[in-house]
This record gives sequence, structure tokens and C-alpha cells, in this order.
Amino acid sequence: MKVVTANRLLDGEVVWQGAGGAWVELLSLAHVLNDKDELDAAMTQAKRSVADREVVEAYAIDVAEEDGSVMPVRLREIIRAAGPTTHPQLGKQARVVSA
Amino acid sequence: MYRYDEFDQDFVSQRTEQFKDQVRRRLAGELTEEEFKPLRLMNGLYLQLHAYMLRVAIPYGTLNSRQMRMLAHIARTYDKGYGHFTTRQNIQFNWPKLEDTPRILEELASVEMHAIQTSGNCIRNVTADHFAGAAADEIADPRPYAEILRQWSSLHPEFSFLPRKFKIAITGAPNDRAAVQVHDIGLQLTRDENGETGFTVFVGGGLGRTPMIGRKVRDFLPEEDLLAYSEAILRVYNRYGRRDNKYKARIKILVHETGLEDLKRDIEIEFEKIRYGVLRLPDEEVRRIEAYFSPPPLEVLPEADKGFEARKAADPAFAQFVLNNLNPHRVPGYVSVTISMKPVGGIPGDASDTQMDVIADLAERFGHDEIRISHEQNVILPHVKRSELPALFDTLVANDLAEGNAGLITDIIACPGMDYCALATARSIPVAQRISERFGSAERQNDIGALKIKISGCINACGHHHVGHIGILGLEKKGEEFYQITLGGSANENSSIGEIVGRGFSSDQVVDAIETLVDTYIGLRSDKEETFLDVYRRLGEDPFKEALYGTG
Repeated sequence: MKVVTANRLLDGEVVWQGAGGAWVELLSLAHVLNDKDELDAAMTQAKRSVADREVVEAYAIDVAEEDGSVMPVRLREIIRAAGPTTHPQLGKQARVVSA
Repeated sequence: MYRYDEFDQDFVSQRTEQFKDQVRRRLAGELTEEEFKPLRLMNGLYLQLHAYMLRVAIPYGTLNSRQMRMLAHIARTYDKGYGHFTTRQNIQFNWPKLEDTPRILEELASVEMHAIQTSGNCIRNVTADHFAGAAADEIADPRPYAEILRQWSSLHPEFSFLPRKFKIAITGAPNDRAAVQVHDIGLQLTRDENGETGFTVFVGGGLGRTPMIGRKVRDFLPEEDLLAYSEAILRVYNRYGRRDNKYKARIKILVHETGLEDLKRDIEIEFEKIRYGVLRLPDEEVRRIEAYFSPPPLEVLPEADKGFEARKAADPAFAQFVLNNLNPHRVPGYVSVTISMKPVGGIPGDASDTQMDVIADLAERFGHDEIRISHEQNVILPHVKRSELPALFDTLVANDLAEGNAGLITDIIACPGMDYCALATARSIPVAQRISERFGSAERQNDIGALKIKISGCINACGHHHVGHIGILGLEKKGEEFYQITLGGSANENSSIGEIVGRGFSSDQVVDAIETLVDTYIGLRSDKEETFLDVYRRLGEDPFKEALYGTG
């Protein structure tokens, strides 16, 4: 299982590709890709987004399902999805708590 | 301190305008990311894990209260209320928006600051001893020379596309606090038998994936030859340095592969060609620049002060601060004060906007408007009256800035690590925080004595782990954070690269491993004067290895 991630050009915000190719700010809204064809299509779409100046440095990451929600496999991506572990009040983790 | 002349101001303003236009063109689609990235990097703007990161230059670590207040303002207005002082005496903001960065650079330019030479394969900002111009052991203030090197190197057309980045450090004291031997060029001010000022020159030091101690290429380089000789070194490097492999492109590899004697000969040949040309430093120009760094007028005062002594006797926290955070000043009655940015359990080098404002106020009130940032990620007020320390300390206490731990085990250097950095392989800051908590008591820290722990979150070694008495390198192994420990490193005038002690430790184990090493040291030292590094150098790694792994 994979999702495509990038940083938004304008402010650097971490985003994932959601359904229909729109970029979303929460991993829970990301579109999960289950095979190579889906991944190829998603990356083609992502390249268009890069060309359209929506995002930069798009790439695919491995994810796994944990307790019904999608979580990145690598720690680096877990931290990207949450925010710095040193500052629980900053980044996306703060939003999730307050939501 | 140095003040911009019309050329400097014009140069920085032009650069700000250029960047504004580059951002505009990027957002308008006239530049691709591939085209834009080197331009933003030339202005200190990186893309990290969560956001852009702006690295602002603090040349040779010197700034005034007006500039510190501007950094506070930027943290508050464009970031999330804090900044991070780095091991190159700079400051990083972790959350700026691309669209805001032209405005941030304009604001910086209004107080003679910028983000030039903080990235890219150019000559980076020159770093210097953080006690420069104040230390009792100083031969001469190194900052005028750092500024001369700055003027020569900024946008040097020949050296803007070097094989790799190039770092110069300079110290004016025999006790090297600027880690000059682990820089591409290290300069140690010295005097010859006639009392003339010059430099001992080291070349090819560096950390990263191939750590090396710089090799001495000149015992004494006369002052007037500083730029010509530096240019000669850079020319040799620019011509022969490897461009085929990024990891072998630093000058240290060239020194290693060419051999010291051949390289010295190449440098001397180049030097002879340009020695008497335009780069020869006129005496009056050096003295003109030196005048910018004239020390504030300081009256000689009695060393002893009643109020100071009384407070020391009555307040253990103040006594702890006095014991560790003061450096001898060349003028009696004064000291240089280290404001520790390492609160126990805190994040090394982080300062809130409020704290930055407080430091600016203190510098104005007690410190002749001078502030320094150390490569050890602390803040220094270089000229403070001993009699005013109690009042200064009260304000530090009120703002969580009063940790009396400079040079002790909790005064840890740590890079941002995987909490922020796109290159990191493991986290650094949380390890520093846990070690700091473990050893946080004042009694225990004092008992352990001088001990430098340095932590990097990847092999690039921004946390200087190779030169930590205890170094910690965070790696990734089978998807888990994993920490390799080195022992015996040092970055002073007797620099050494630490040796890997054995297999690494998991995140859960690493703090216990550090405690084992420290306890082993305590058991082995002949007396309290013998530091961790002394014991390691006397006995080698075996007793430490035995304590960690029980291999005996």
C-alpha cells in the first residue's frame, strides 16, 4: 500500500494526494494506492501538479493499516504526518488534537 | 561591531530585490523548481520535512540588540514563535512560508542582516571564537579578519561554484573555542618573534562522512597575506577538488588524496603569483576594519564585589551559574556571560521570541549592546560587570534562561535531526533531552565536570558528534532509530576525532549506555580534576568497552 506525498509550493505544508488528485493536508484523507497501475497514474497526476506549481518534490511512500487508519511505515514519514515529536503543540498533530 | 557601508547596504538590498523577483517568477511559473532551488538555497531557504526553513547568517556570531529584536520579530510574525541557533553561529526559522520570505529578507536587510552564504557550494559565513574581543587569553580580536574574509568571499565570482561548500573558522586565542582544526581553513591568530600579528593556517579539516583534522600548512602567515593566501588555497581547491563525487568533493579529500607536501607546494606556487597583487592587505585597511570592533570603554574595577559575593553565598543556583557560565575577561571586574540555551530537558539552541527580546534588553542594560552566538548553540554577553551579575541573573531566572550548565554534560550540541531535517536518519533532540534529564541535577553535573556530548541525526555531522568527548550518531537500522557512540573526540587546540566504541544502541538503550560510560569514568578518574577526555586519553577505550559490552 502506498500514498503519494509532497510539500505545497506556497508554504511548504506537507500534503498527500487525495481522491481525484486533489492535495489534502491530512493523511487520513489520502488516496491509498493498491497496485502499480494506480501508483503510476497517481505519479503522473502528481507530476502535473508539480508542473502546475501546486506542490514540489512529490514521491510515493509505503503505508500500512493500523487500527483502521492508514499509517506510514517509516518513522520519517510518521513525523512528517504529525509534526516534530519535540513540539506536540505544532504541526498537524496539534490540529488533530484540537479537532 | 561592523556597520554596513554604502556598498554593503546596496549589495544586500539588491540581493533582496533579486530574490523577491525570483520568488515572483517561481510563483508565476516562469521558473521551474529545478531552476528556482539553487536560487532559494543561495538565500538560505531550504525545504525541510514540515515546511521551508530559512537560515539567517550571523557572521562570526556577532550581533546587537536591534538585530536580536528583529530575529524575535521574525519568529513572532512569520514563524511559530521561536528560532534555533545552529552549530555555525547562525539561526534557523523552521516554518516560514515561501511567499513571506522576500518580506523577511527585507526586514533583515533593514538591520544589516541577510541569509547569504548560509547554503550552497560557496565560501560560507566565517565563524569565530564567541568570546572574541573580550577573552583574557586572547592575542587579538579575530573578528576584523573574519569581516575582511567576509568582504572578500561574498559573491566572489571565482568561488561561487566550488566543488562543494567551504567553511572558514578563526580564533584569536591559543585556547581554541572556534574548532578551527575541523574547518576547511582554520586560522589561529599568533605573533612571531618580532611581535607581528599573523596566522597559523590549517587546511582540510572537516566532519561529515569522512572526518579529518586539518593539516598545518603554515606556522606563520603574515597579516598582509591573509587574502592572497586564502585565495591561493581556494584556487588550488577549485581547480583540483573532485567534482565527480559529491562525497569526495571537500578539500579534506583533496588534501588526503594529493598528499600534504604536494598540496602545500601547489598553494605556495599559486600564492607567489598573486602575493603582491591587489589582495595584499594594506595596514591602514586592516586598522580601519579593526576600529569597527573597538571594545566598549570599560573602566577597570575591583575583581571582588560585595553584593556579588553575598549572593553567591546565599543562592545555590546563582553559585552554580557563576561556577560554570562565566569566562575570564581581559578587563578586571568584567566577565563574559554564557546564557545557556540548554535548559535541563529542553531543546538545545531553541529560543522563543520573548527570550530573544529579553536577551536584547539584557545586552543593552548590562552588556554594551553586544551579543554573540556560540557554535555550541549558546548566547553570550561578552562584556558584563561582575557587580551586575545578580541583577542580570534575576532576569534570566524569570525567563528560563538561567541554567548554570555551560561546558557540563547537559550543555549538549544537537542538530535538528529527524524532527525537522530532510536528510536526517534519526532524531537528535529527544536523545539530548533524555540525557539532559538523566544528568540534570546540579550536584551530579558538577561532580562529572567538563564533558561535551554532541549528537548528530545523520552522517553529515551538523551536531559535530565526531569531536564530542562522547559523540552520538543517529542512524536507521531495519526501520528503527539506532545510535552509534564515539569516544575521545575534541575540537579545541588538541583536536581529535572520536573512535566508534562498538555496536550501536537502540533509542531505548542509548541513555543508559551514556550513563554507563559516565559512571565508568567516575570510577576510573584519579581525582576530580581529571576530565572524561583525560581519562579516555590515558586509558583508551578498553575499560569503556568492557563496561558497555562486557567483552573482557
